[in-house]
Amino acid sequence: MSTADHVDASKRDFLYIATGAVGAVGAAMTVWPLINQMNPDASVKALATVEIDLAAVAEGQEIKVFWRGNPVIIRNRTAKEIEAAKAVKIDELKDSDARSQVSKEGGAATDENRTVKDHENFLVMMGVCTHLGCVPIGGEGEFALVEGSVKTGGWYCPCHGSHYDTAGRIRKGPAPENLPVPPYAFISDTKIRIG
Amino acid sequence: MSGPSNYQPTSSFGKWMHERLPVYALLKDTVLDFPTPKNLNYFWTFGGILTLMLVAQILTGIILVMHYTPHVDMAFESKEHIIRNVNGGWMIQKFHEVGASMFFIAVYIHMFRGMYYGSYKAPREVLWMIGVIIYLIMMATAFMGYVLPWGQMSFWGAKVITNLFSAIPFVGESITTWLWGGYSVDNPTLSRFFSLHYLMPFMLAGVVGLHIWALHVPGNNNPTGVSVKSGQDTIPFHPYYTAKDGFVIAVFMLFFCFWVFYRPDYLGHAINYEQANPLVTPAHIVPEWYYLPFYAILRAIPDKLGGVIAMFGSILILFVLPWLDTSRVRSGNYRPIFKGFFIVFAIVCVALGYLGSKPAEGAYVVWSRILTAYYFIHFLVILPVLGLVENPKALPASIADAVLSKNKNKQYALQPAE
Repeated sequence: MSTADHVDASKRDFLYIATGAVGAVGAAMTVWPLINQMNPDASVKALATVEIDLAAVAEGQEIKVFWRGNPVIIRNRTAKEIEAAKAVKIDELKDSDARSQVSKEGGAATDENRTVKDHENFLVMMGVCTHLGCVPIGGEGEFALVEGSVKTGGWYCPCHGSHYDTAGRIRKGPAPENLPVPPYAFISDTKIRIG
Repeated sequence: MSGPSNYQPTSSFGKWMHERLPVYALLKDTVLDFPTPKNLNYFWTFGGILTLMLVAQILTGIILVMHYTPHVDMAFESKEHIIRNVNGGWMIQKFHEVGASMFFIAVYIHMFRGMYYGSYKAPREVLWMIGVIIYLIMMATAFMGYVLPWGQMSFWGAKVITNLFSAIPFVGESITTWLWGGYSVDNPTLSRFFSLHYLMPFMLAGVVGLHIWALHVPGNNNPTGVSVKSGQDTIPFHPYYTAKDGFVIAVFMLFFCFWVFYRPDYLGHAINYEQANPLVTPAHIVPEWYYLPFYAILRAIPDKLGGVIAMFGSILILFVLPWLDTSRVRSGNYRPIFKGFFIVFAIVCVALGYLGSKPAEGAYVVWSRILTAYYFIHFLVILPVLGLVENPKALPASIADAVLSKNKNKQYALQPAE
């Protein structure tokens, strides 16, 4: 009984809380590396840049290259496709943000903001639908141009039906954003480096 | 029903063992002598079938791992290697692949049984909720397993499903990158899915243990929904239900073998015999049949985040089902209006599955939206209101009474022939 009289309840509470707090911090510090090991490792990050020679890509041709495990669509657009892309007013767009890492952030989704100056025939963008990640098919969809029996420019995602125009902007379907333009630069007249 | 054991060992070894580890007493109380309602119908045999399926999947899975290589360059070929070169591999691989479908057929019948006979109602709410957890772990396990053959549908299914998490505001992108271990589905994704696919069935076995424990506290529900009132209502599990379960398991295995030996690829997709190609998406991608209703709900909502919420919501709503259904009568046999709505709900689920297999365009989208709305209305409006307005039929005084009166009617029917 005499010891009980000397118990200082507030001291005990402090000890409980302090022990609990140190335990929680310790648990978090132990668990974090176990979770973080699942993030991209050094070898995955090391593949972060690729260089591509565009000299062989003729007007109206399209290639796909691999960058960080994803396809990048590079299209040498025809004059008509560029014209069609420029004719679109910003308020007609579902996503008015350029989604471009080659222009300043938050720019409007104009054709200029989604290409590099003096090389605006080249449209370089991720071939990853912004809905659930499928690869959109070129020369398909409601916003491709029709030349006789051939469709050019424009992309269509077969998974859930998203339509992209000749500047890779989302126009119809469930995808929320324009196809993003990755960070890239022309390192010579015909060569680009992505990443 | 989980009280102290009244087992008395007779042999001297039995006594010696009983004082040290009373494992036989546990077996006798929870399996052999376990008092079980005498009127269980064939729908009650699917719990046993599911336990067997889990064991079968673990067994064939452990064997497959002896021959499989979880690497993007070798996974696809190692599956072909199993089918073509490994002794009996063609059969063992198909038992595992088709087994996943059989597992889901059994679990869906088991779940609809629970919904019709009100097996989720007091005092079995926790039993039901553990069941929903089992179903969620099953879905995750089957999804990761489907990625391992590294075919086109494996790859794009994995990409679309993991991309669902990118719909989460602010942290979505970081979560998908973390899940992938890169910027797309790739080798790190395959190897971690392999690791987790091996782990989860054992978690499942643990949770199934809890499920059975939670079953053994209140005991089985039964087709009348009336609680057990006396020893007259029950019979021991062994030999009555071991025999009944055993018979149905044999029939189910015949059904299983039909698919494995005569239609081994019918439940899968031909395009998965093409190796994964990250540059080309197949023209029409669909999940396995057992996910189709949820896939239809995902696509019915025209908004990315909204679709993801509706899809997960359609499963998670099962957790609160015991509280959404306000009727105190358990069995649908005594609820005439509920019976009709239950049949409509079952048809809606199957129809959603059909719509999930079709391309997301035109009338398919419209119907997906109507039926998705109905799916939620069933849980959120029909079930709560029905319990308050419906006038249920008179319940039998006891299970024994219900069984006897059924037999009496049969005797009356026979009388004119005398």
